[in-house]
Amino acid sequence: MTYDGHFRVWRGDDGGELVDYTVEVNEGEVVLDIIHRLQATQTPDLAVRWNCKAGKCGSCSAEINGHPRLMCMTRMSIFEEADTITVTPMRTFPVIRDLVTDVSYNYEKARQIPAFEPPADLEPGEYRMAQVDVGRSQEFRKCIECFLCQDVCHVIRDHEDNKAAYAGPRFFIRAAELAMHPLDARNDRATFARDQQGVGLCNITKCCTEVCPENITITDNAIIPMKERVVDRHYDPLVWLGNKIRRREH
Amino acid sequence: MTDLERHAYDVLVIGAGGSGLRAAIEAREAGLRVAIVCKSLFGKAHTVMAEGGIAASMGNSNPHDNWQVHFGDTMRGGKFLNNPRMAELHAKEAPRRVWELETYGALFDRTPEGKISQRNFGGHEYARLAHVGDRTGLELIRTLQQKIVSLQQEDEREFGDAEARLKVFMELTITELMHDGGAPDGPVSGAFGYWRESGRFVLFDAPAVVLATGGIGKSFKVTSNSWEYTGDGHALALRAGAKLINMEFVQFHPTGMVWPPSVKGILVTESVRGDGGVLRNSEGKRFMFEYVPEVFRGQYATTEEEADGWYEDPEHNKRPPELLPRDEVARAINSEVKEGRGSEHGGVFLDVSTRLPADEIKRRLPSMHHQFLELADVDITAQPMEVGPTCHYVMGGIEVDPDTGASSVPGLFAVGEVTGGMHGSNRLGGNSLGDLLVFGQRTGAGAAAYAAAASKDRPTVIDASIDAVTATAEEPFQREGGESPYTLHQELQQVMNDLVGIIRREPEMQEALDKLADIRERAAHLSVEGRRQFNPGWHLALDLRNMLQVSECVARSALERQESRGGHTREDFPGMDAKWRSVNLACHLDPATGMVQLTRQQVPTIRDDLMHLFERSELEKYFTTEELADFQDVRQGEDDQS
Amino acid sequence: MTQDLAQGVNARGRAKIGARTLRTDRWWLAPVLTVTGLTLWVIYAVVRASMQSDYFVPAYHYLSPFSSPCLSDSCVAGSSLFGTPFGAWPPLIPFAILTLPFLLLFRLSCYYYRKAYYRSYWQSPPACAVAEPHKKYTGETRAPLILQNAHRYFWYAAVIISLINTWDAVEAFHGKGGGIGFGLGTLIMVVNVVLLWGYTLGCHSCRNITAGRLTHFSRHPIRYGLWQQVSRLNAHHMGFAWATLASLVVTDLYIALVAGGAFSDFRFFN
Repeated sequence: MTYDGHFRVWRGDDGGELVDYTVEVNEGEVVLDIIHRLQATQTPDLAVRWNCKAGKCGSCSAEINGHPRLMCMTRMSIFEEADTITVTPMRTFPVIRDLVTDVSYNYEKARQIPAFEPPADLEPGEYRMAQVDVGRSQEFRKCIECFLCQDVCHVIRDHEDNKAAYAGPRFFIRAAELAMHPLDARNDRATFARDQQGVGLCNITKCCTEVCPENITITDNAIIPMKERVVDRHYDPLVWLGNKIRRREH
Repeated sequence: MTDLERHAYDVLVIGAGGSGLRAAIEAREAGLRVAIVCKSLFGKAHTVMAEGGIAASMGNSNPHDNWQVHFGDTMRGGKFLNNPRMAELHAKEAPRRVWELETYGALFDRTPEGKISQRNFGGHEYARLAHVGDRTGLELIRTLQQKIVSLQQEDEREFGDAEARLKVFMELTITELMHDGGAPDGPVSGAFGYWRESGRFVLFDAPAVVLATGGIGKSFKVTSNSWEYTGDGHALALRAGAKLINMEFVQFHPTGMVWPPSVKGILVTESVRGDGGVLRNSEGKRFMFEYVPEVFRGQYATTEEEADGWYEDPEHNKRPPELLPRDEVARAINSEVKEGRGSEHGGVFLDVSTRLPADEIKRRLPSMHHQFLELADVDITAQPMEVGPTCHYVMGGIEVDPDTGASSVPGLFAVGEVTGGMHGSNRLGGNSLGDLLVFGQRTGAGAAAYAAAASKDRPTVIDASIDAVTATAEEPFQREGGESPYTLHQELQQVMNDLVGIIRREPEMQEALDKLADIRERAAHLSVEGRRQFNPGWHLALDLRNMLQVSECVARSALERQESRGGHTREDFPGMDAKWRSVNLACHLDPATGMVQLTRQQVPTIRDDLMHLFERSELEKYFTTEELADFQDVRQGEDDQS
Repeated sequence: MTQDLAQGVNARGRAKIGARTLRTDRWWLAPVLTVTGLTLWVIYAVVRASMQSDYFVPAYHYLSPFSSPCLSDSCVAGSSLFGTPFGAWPPLIPFAILTLPFLLLFRLSCYYYRKAYYRSYWQSPPACAVAEPHKKYTGETRAPLILQNAHRYFWYAAVIISLINTWDAVEAFHGKGGGIGFGLGTLIMVVNVVLLWGYTLGCHSCRNITAGRLTHFSRHPIRYGLWQQVSRLNAHHMGFAWATLASLVVTDLYIALVAGGAFSDFRFFN
């Protein structure tokens, strides 16, 4: 079951190139195994990020034959032996070297979202939440921050100039998580999503959902609900009127 | 030193897993300036791999639970070799630390009353583990990460600079600790390292350094640990003059994946067994009933009917033997495979599909379901998993003061897996996340208090020290024609796995020590190609030194301890020996030669009130007659205050 | 397709791979199918709605959804279930001019169709990780696309229209010469209406309205129950979107052929 596989791997920084390699491939291996074998046998200085090798930490994000994927969860068995497999860094972020990109954009966006605001009247240990109420937010907290959704999102992938105004799918699910958190004391999550995160730039073309290795239903369960909450807040006169009359927030 | 970047902080935390982040939060909330350094990206630390949960006796699932019961379970699990003060603090404070996470935004699974749901786990008498499906570690790391961000947002508002008092230095490796004025036995004064990306050297001036670097699993071939687990903190502490204790105790998690080869070792959470998974050999037999050891007789079911009944009615049935502490289960699987009753790929079968409906499995064990489907083509809702032991955790580590996390070196603190004592000879599942939080908070406070006191007269780093550590770091580039670090690393892993693994024998460990000496010699001559910019070969070369020093501590301690206890099993000394219970083996470097040395020291004695949480009949299984000479079987009042 | 190398996926600092995509699969297939399907459907719908003929089978009260409700004096006798408040109708203007625009807007602003036509017609993006041809992109932040936010109002209209279609289907249980009857046309109309409800109630806005906008499901068990049902439909929103396009065409075509005399309705009962 061992064969010599053909690989093209991006080497160098932004001015680098795709370099061809022939590497041994064994049964049951994933692309990351091949990259490691390259390091150990041919290119000791090949730069790659990885940690858990089990799809839990979200470090080894790259693009394999043009698809944003985790290298540790991409099995070699999905390819034919004769295929040439192209591995490049994520193309939405600046490349540092080889397969490693500068993902600081994501950390900056993370820092802009107002943190969970604990309820003022509850002490630690007094929190009571129903499972049905935490379930929605828990789906978003499965996120392993691989940033593949950010990588595939054409809003920033194809338009560098949108990066300033746009937080991206990973942080829309964070916004949704907080908006749906049963005990979060803030009620301006939707407004923040519109004004500071640029949720209006998203045209719900669902690539984020397609690439998510955790199978989080990003578009249907987070982005669209956030867009609907934005409508509730800012574009729907009936809801506005209803809230005025009842003087309450949902 | 034109290439040197310098930063000054009050507290430097090395490691951004659960313990490091919790310590940093505490020190920052004490008003100090804190730097966190990590080898990976922020939020990728090994804590994300923890699946099962956080053990804390909140009593949400069973009102009989309290800290005393948790303390007892921890001591039993560690075979009474634990530092009792650490086990006590842990059991007492874990609930508070868990509740605190909710104020940071954590969302645990809930009970019908809306409290935090708690699940069963090996060695815990009651359902005690606060959890989020099977991704509790991810929840923990994300929660702490987001708390850090919220503290940075506070600083942004107050100072206009988010990183004014708390900054994360990502993808930076520390290679050496610095001493005040360069005196090797003086207080620490900072740490030296390099940016993984650029290779640029960095010096941190800090009066208090917290090691929170996790474990040593990458010294073993089959491990659930990531590349980061190269024993950096253990080795940094050794070289700084601190002591490592209990290094012979390495936990082999009973259930790691065994197939396909590329995922061998990846963890299969204990929750599978906690939620009803059973272990069978190739003959289809539920073999764990044969392996209940003498000390646990009476606490575990003897028939399948009774074991099955426990899941529904724990009051009237005894626990299934699949939920014995990890060391017992790992040894049992090892024996089954060795005696020819293993699976095709050298494991045994773990089956949850016959016990729970498919939907329930997907809900309770989503990441296990995903992991097996994606990586092994196995649908755990319909098929059994093939599992076998994998190196998972090191119980041994830096000896610290339980209350403050201070090591014997002034200014050097440690927390989490890198410390020793808390778990004795074997850690219970769920006790590591609690460990991170409880001692993260304490060590953060301890380091902050120390740093505040030291702020008037800050220790210094002298240029000669910087020159020396720079030279050491650059050495691999200076040599040509030496061996590749990858080759040496593979050899080291093979040696540790084969010769100092789950079952140990004297001649093999002797052989291991010889081989380690040989690898150490060759490692001194290895060479690395390329430049310092993001060069994994160079990174491994530097990490290899740490792994070698730590591996030698493990091998020497394992050879020295002539009994079997917890995570240390000697084929030539199969029994537990009460005379060894009170002995800690401490590992340190000889200041003159830099070689690893061992000394024996006394395990801290258990306070009387804590001793009386146990029956004499149970203590007799662990303690010598002399130790129990004055022990009277008087149960203390149940209303004992914490 | 011209690509400015300093832009988009080749912006400064990123790996200068050059290629628009390195995907090797047939990523262009989905947008091609979408464009083909939607274009053919629109052509069919425009032609049929403006034909003003063969939209009603008087014997069984089969009324085509493209001409429902028929509210003008020009309608064939018996097809106007809600009276004829309007006088004679000029040619080419669909009889259902009061409802068709809302249905069109409902589908145009639908979260699924948005994805479909942004990807296929506007190529923004044509497929995941395939660079789009546009230099500027402002998403749904400005006119006219900001009007997508009115989706829920079109949904309200769609609910009313679905009720009308339901009534049409009930009317189709009409036997030869009165009384109850049941033919293949009836079956087709019922299936069409069921699918229309599946699409309409599975709408993302409906999901928000039932309970999606609440923070505490546990305090609103009935709304939560509804939300669960809507969510179940919503998971198949794309399927319903295409199935209803097909069922609308099948319903109309069947009625047209029966009304035009190409064949007679297959009757199960009366």
